[in-house]
Amino acid sequence: MSDLLKLSGVHTHIGRYHILQGIDLAVPEGQVTMLLGRNGAGKTTTLRTIMGLWQASSGEITMSGERIESRATPDIARLGVGYVPESMAVFSDLTVKENLVLAARDAEMDDKQLEWIFGFFPALRRFWLSRAGSLSGGQKQMLSIARAIIEPRKLLLIDEPTKGLAPAIVGALIECLKEIKRKGATILLVEQNFFAARELGDTVLVMDNGTIVHRGAMAALAADVPLQERLLGLSLEAHQ
Amino acid sequence: MTELTASDPLPKPKRDIAPILLPVALALLTIPLVGSPSTWLTLTAASLAMGMMIFIMASGLTLVFGLMDVLNFGHGAFIAVGAYVATLVFAPFAASVQADSLWVNLAVLAPAALLSMAVSGALGLVVERVLILPVYGQHLKQILMTTGGLIVAEQTLYALWGPQIIPMPLPASLRGSFILGDVAIAKYRVLATLIGLAVFIAIQLVLNRTKLGLLIRAGVENREMVEALGYRIRRLFLGVFMTGSALAGLGGVMWALYREQVHASMSDELTVLIFVVVIIGGLGSIGGCFIGAILVAMVANYGGFLVPKLALVSNILLMVAILMWRPRGLYAVTSR
Repeated sequence: MSDLLKLSGVHTHIGRYHILQGIDLAVPEGQVTMLLGRNGAGKTTTLRTIMGLWQASSGEITMSGERIESRATPDIARLGVGYVPESMAVFSDLTVKENLVLAARDAEMDDKQLEWIFGFFPALRRFWLSRAGSLSGGQKQMLSIARAIIEPRKLLLIDEPTKGLAPAIVGALIECLKEIKRKGATILLVEQNFFAARELGDTVLVMDNGTIVHRGAMAALAADVPLQERLLGLSLEAHQ
Repeated sequence: MTELTASDPLPKPKRDIAPILLPVALALLTIPLVGSPSTWLTLTAASLAMGMMIFIMASGLTLVFGLMDVLNFGHGAFIAVGAYVATLVFAPFAASVQADSLWVNLAVLAPAALLSMAVSGALGLVVERVLILPVYGQHLKQILMTTGGLIVAEQTLYALWGPQIIPMPLPASLRGSFILGDVAIAKYRVLATLIGLAVFIAIQLVLNRTKLGLLIRAGVENREMVEALGYRIRRLFLGVFMTGSALAGLGGVMWALYREQVHASMSDELTVLIFVVVIIGGLGSIGGCFIGAILVAMVANYGGFLVPKLALVSNILLMVAILMWRPRGLYAVTSR
């Protein structure tokens, strides 16, 4: 399976802080790659650097073989990259519909795709004309993900989608992401919830201090409790 | 915190009408204080006209603030340039301006306003490219650059037109007042109010009924996310900056006609008012800017009539009161 996204020796500085310190990673096409690590390890910075929201100071980022590290964020998005930030970043002054109209960019919203999204997130249909700012946290997360998948994307970058959500909503989100995965999407997913990571991930990358310290199959990490404890300072049992 | 599930009914969004009621309450409150109904009506009409002119000048600045996070202290230059450009049209057509026909007057006034908007808009393009572009995200440098730009613009106007005040008489058909009983409402104030309302409605239609408007509203709230959706927001910045500059030019023409004079530092008195309006309205909020402009004008007119000594500080007192009530302005749009 070919790699859709590759990072080679990527460094990112934010002000005087050296956050990413030579990241090498590959995201295989059609797979869900989990990016795990403690708070402050550099996971969000990795996604933002890929998206061009923070400029890589050095290194190469390629998408389908094309160099993108110097491109502007809109150009990277137009290559087919959908981004769901940690903060959800829904436009709270706009309605649910308007949020999705913007996400569809130049195209009309595809009714079939919309129905598929409503199947997972019925709340979005119900609150179609409500201001996004009045949605609950879970509903905002649904909208944020819906915005990323309203059009077919080659790659989805999703940052901690389950953070701060009630367990019932986390379950619905995991089911949705599984369905997106079944449709063949390529996803780079940052997640703190190890249970969610285990459910969704094909491969896993673990970050610490701005570098990748582990890479392998998600199933292997899920089965190796001592390794989890060493890399992440947790045990799977604690999350079950 | 209790989390709503997808199946829970959503609390109905509350319509925030308190800021809308504020000017109404202020107007009603002053009826007994002013005493004479006809004086009160005249003051109210004057407030609306002045408020609309300030709104036209401030609307562009609030969008520039909200969308671009740019502190443009040179916004007043577009006002002055707009007014001066109008004199270039008025001077050769002085006879038409003084003709006793509304249509003949408008045949001069409309092109003058359009030319002023075009020149101010074009100047906005130059200012954005030359002064603002290198200092995006750097507030202190923005203040220095745009203040410097304002000084250069003022001195250029002095150099080109001289230091004297240039008279800009109202067209003949806009002089005088409509008399309703014992109430006199100046014709020009009615026109200014109508133009201001038209500009407000046009901006609201663009912002709420078009995709461009969606992008602007989204960009005011979260520029980064708009870019992450694939939109090149810099072009939008430029368009909004030029539109804001053009509106300032239009406001300059209207203000010059209101005062019947043009001078290079005319923007100095207005800049403070405009910033007060933008701040109390809430950065980036057109609705807040509209209400803020009316409030500022009301406080200036009612306050000037009731307590003339307070007139100098009335707007600052208004700003303090509003910010104590709502620290991010009447309608907070951005999180900045």
